[in-house]
Amino acid sequence: MAEEINELNQRKNTGKLRSQFRLDLIGFAFIAPWLIGFLSFIIGPMIASLYFSFTNYDLLSAPPSWIGLDNYINMFTNDDRFWKAIRVTLVFVFGSVPLKLAFALFVAMLFNTKRRGVGVYRTLYYVPSILGGSVAIAVVWKQLFGRDGAVNDILAIFGIPTTSWVTSPDFALSTLILLVIWQFGSPMLIFLAGLKAIPYELYEAASVDGANPFLQFIKITLPMLSPVIFFNLVMQTIQGFMAFTQSFLITNGGPMDNTLFYAVYLYEKAFAHFDMGYASALAWILLIICGLFTAFIFRTAKSWVHYESEGGN
Amino acid sequence: MNRKEGINDEKNKSLRTLVYHGSIWVIGLLMIYPILWTIASSLKAENEIFRNAASLIPSEWKWGGNYARGWEGFGDLSFATFFLNSTFVTTMVVIGTIFSSTLVAFGFARVKFRFRTPLFVCMIVTLMLPQQVTLIPQYILFHNLGWVNTYLPLIVPAFIGGIPFFIFLMIQFIRGIPRELDEAAYMDGASTFAIFWRIILPLTTPAIATVAIFSFYWTWDDFMTPLVYLNDTKLYTVALGLQMFSDPSSVSAWGPMFAMSVASIIPQLLVFLFFQKYLVEGITAGSVKG
Repeated sequence: MAEEINELNQRKNTGKLRSQFRLDLIGFAFIAPWLIGFLSFIIGPMIASLYFSFTNYDLLSAPPSWIGLDNYINMFTNDDRFWKAIRVTLVFVFGSVPLKLAFALFVAMLFNTKRRGVGVYRTLYYVPSILGGSVAIAVVWKQLFGRDGAVNDILAIFGIPTTSWVTSPDFALSTLILLVIWQFGSPMLIFLAGLKAIPYELYEAASVDGANPFLQFIKITLPMLSPVIFFNLVMQTIQGFMAFTQSFLITNGGPMDNTLFYAVYLYEKAFAHFDMGYASALAWILLIICGLFTAFIFRTAKSWVHYESEGGN
Repeated sequence: MNRKEGINDEKNKSLRTLVYHGSIWVIGLLMIYPILWTIASSLKAENEIFRNAASLIPSEWKWGGNYARGWEGFGDLSFATFFLNSTFVTTMVVIGTIFSSTLVAFGFARVKFRFRTPLFVCMIVTLMLPQQVTLIPQYILFHNLGWVNTYLPLIVPAFIGGIPFFIFLMIQFIRGIPRELDEAAYMDGASTFAIFWRIILPLTTPAIATVAIFSFYWTWDDFMTPLVYLNDTKLYTVALGLQMFSDPSSVSAWGPMFAMSVASIIPQLLVFLFFQKYLVEGITAGSVKG
């Protein structure tokens, strides 16, 4: 009898095992495309690039030769353009992301109403974000802000001194920042969805208690929206660090490297100088910088991101 | 509360409505101006584009002239080639993305296999991985495979889940489909693949539309990947073709440049006008209550 039960249990267990094994097979079959891609196009290349970053490798003539930390030492002690690229990229990220998000939130709040025509407005405001990343707009932006461009014509009407914005060392970077802020559509739509999810009763109760709109914004809107702000902040910051097309096409990193985005510098090293080892080292530094910023945002999130389930305070 | 407010309420309200719509229109015009300006410039005569730069109304309408010249392209390569190339690449990428994102998302959302959670975390982390980090070793890999100067580096990654954002978006959507549907089918003896094919897939069409539209946009717009992998002008996509206008050698062809810029954004505008709904859903999915 005991044996029988034992046998039964055993059969049950192997059955369970077999069915778990079956599930594993099925599961891995479904995720196989991603898994193959992940291993061969992400993990493999990342390990390879870590190795290349310790080598001297030009891809064409010789196999990679191990030079230890030389690439990194060179970068930190002997490469002004590296530091310049870091500075430019930080200014770009810190200049564009907060402004872009603030503007996106402002417009989202304008659109968070049941007035007529809001749907049309939303479309109108979103169009630049659809097209803004394209080469077409980058090419156009260059002319728009050029010496003879439309922007100068308009400024001249108001008597504001004009200049060639995209080739001026002082203003070129701001011109690119403006282009990025102009494409605030995606965070705006995300904010709008977040705003719509805030229960209206909160505002009603607050206004009964005599809270003015500004106070309501600080005490209700911002905390309730904080998970969405967090999401937007992380995504936009990473996108900022990766920015390439704007600088490459509009200013080509110039004038005087004043718009030398990190991604542009990396591209130059890799595909103009074929210095793959050095470029790999650059890529790893970029990964570390992005990782640090993301980690920082995640760490501070605890103190300012409120989730409803926690009953937020 | 102030009593005066009640009396002036009506007047205040219409004033506020006026201010509201007024300010939205002013900001909106500023927003849309660069695009209107591009279209206007594409219809201006060459010497007017910068003489009368800010104006949106050409003094002499050049219907077609700039477009015809722009379409001729460079040397023996017309923009028709670039558009065909872009269409081919984009179509393949969209198909690949739908293929991989639906399969993988179903696996993660519905099959309880071992290591599911750690693998899911891996996927989420790659969401935040800067493209540049893998760019160089991927290039070396494709170089060694002999894929440089072909469309394979642009297309193949889509078939193996190259953009995890789309998988994430599909997972979020599939999680919203009631499990009872799968279970009922399972009781009836349906295989897992049948559940995926017959039940989940038809129900995810809105999400598939979103994924398709986004991958269309990103591929059509993509500049860096074709720039890195395509050297032969015959293979150029529209994005690379447009860039040729900013070469110093063709520096005087402003009219055609604007014309082709407009032409290149027409497909994007059309998709936006017709499929706006899916786009909005896609952007907000996963960020709110994700």
